[in-house]
Amino acid sequence: MMPDLGKYAAEVLAAYGLSLVLMAGLILLSLRKGRRARAELARIEAQKDA
Amino acid sequence: MIALLHRDLMLAFRAGGGFGLGLAFFLIVTVLVPFSVGPQSELLSTIAPGVLWLGALLACLLSLDRLLALDFEDGTLDLLATAPLPLEAALSIKALSHWLTTGLPLVLAAPVLGLMLNLAPDGYLWLIASLALGTPALSVIGAFGAALTVGIKRGGLLMSLLVLPLYVPTLIFGAEAARRGAMGLDGTTPLILLAGITLGTIALMPFASAAVLRMTLR
Amino acid sequence: MSLWEYANPVKFLGLSARVQPYLWAAAAICVVVGLVWGFFATPDDFRQGSTVKIIYLHVPAALMAINAWFMMLVASLIWLIRRHHVSALAAKAAAPVGITMTVIALVTGAIWGQPMWGTWWAWDPRLTSFLILFLFYLGYIALWEAVDDPDTAADLTSVLCLVGSVFAVLSRYAVKFWNQGLHQGTSVPVATGGRTVSDVFFYPLVISMVGFGLLFLALVLYRTGTEIRLRRARALLARSKKEA
Repeated sequence: MMPDLGKYAAEVLAAYGLSLVLMAGLILLSLRKGRRARAELARIEAQKDA
Repeated sequence: MIALLHRDLMLAFRAGGGFGLGLAFFLIVTVLVPFSVGPQSELLSTIAPGVLWLGALLACLLSLDRLLALDFEDGTLDLLATAPLPLEAALSIKALSHWLTTGLPLVLAAPVLGLMLNLAPDGYLWLIASLALGTPALSVIGAFGAALTVGIKRGGLLMSLLVLPLYVPTLIFGAEAARRGAMGLDGTTPLILLAGITLGTIALMPFASAAVLRMTLR
Repeated sequence: MSLWEYANPVKFLGLSARVQPYLWAAAAICVVVGLVWGFFATPDDFRQGSTVKIIYLHVPAALMAINAWFMMLVASLIWLIRRHHVSALAAKAAAPVGITMTVIALVTGAIWGQPMWGTWWAWDPRLTSFLILFLFYLGYIALWEAVDDPDTAADLTSVLCLVGSVFAVLSRYAVKFWNQGLHQGTSVPVATGGRTVSDVFFYPLVISMVGFGLLFLALVLYRTGTEIRLRRARALLARSKKEA
């Protein structure tokens, strides 16, 4: 399953690991901010109608 | 225009106007360098052109927040914006007075400091020429940075962050010309490119600065 | 029916909501296929060994780092000329994505450079240009954060983006002049149509590049939606305060 990475295994894995962490972090932060904005807007609009 | 230049220069020379502050900073930075890298004269002589350029650049940066901030606070900028004189011209004049009070003294002081850093004898002319050609660009680009951040409270640090990347081409060509000169090589090519950058920024940056300032004052 | 209709925030949100599921799915498929193919199913390079696999992250990230700035430049121009708020917000939304891509490109490059060039970092023109690009992103984001009034912030950052672009290009040439590099030439020259990598490496690389592009689009659409909602929430709050 795992390809033989030879003597550079640490480098390759580190590059993939760090990049994926960075991208996941970016996506998660974006999603969290997006959800908060949605909730906030819904709350304010509900208040306005009330 | 002459009146504005006269006013800015007078304000700068008065007590508390900040004239000489940049110069003192330049001196101190240069004096600190041997403390941080060691007193070997060979090493100092290699890095002297770069250190002097970097010191001059930082000294310019340091005095930028005075360029517009005081005039913004007391409302002078609002007057200038509605005056018949185009804001582009007013900002050019302000950049010019900044150069006269900061850049020009730096150019004149650089050879003396070069002496302390054991600059190679061939390098003096190149150093002075590159600083004389390059510091106007630093002032004009700096005026843009000052205009960009003038409406922001405590914008000094932000301004450094914005201005320093813009200084990169000027620094590279200027320091390269001085370095080649000090090594006894021909520094004409970087010097011409540096002159190109300076002329280009003098011609174009005031428009960007004035546009930004109008947005802030609106 | 013109493109400018989508400058209306409501229309933009509608379209963006319809398009986004497909976009996210396509991006996920391409990124996963490109990376998995590249990681598991490509041979090692005879000189670089397995480190050649880093290319599937490095090149697409670098590509998107530059394209993100270019997109911000276009969006800033649209804002300055036509005053469409969505455009300004899209530029704002793209900046953090661009800076992340820049960091990925720099980090993967450093990790690759360590065994191959024997150094994490060299003051090579391409590396240095990317570092400068990173600084421009930082300044741009910091300026957005620092200005209170949203329209003034959009104005100022737009001009900064324009001026920054000019200086970024200048820096690129200055840096090239200043130091000859270690970095190899581009792997996928668009202009000439030729390429310097063989097919085994090329196909997963292209898929990965497309995937990063789609991911960028999806993220920007999503984040622009977030910014629009935040702006609307702010406006509503201000209005209700005025009435009270």
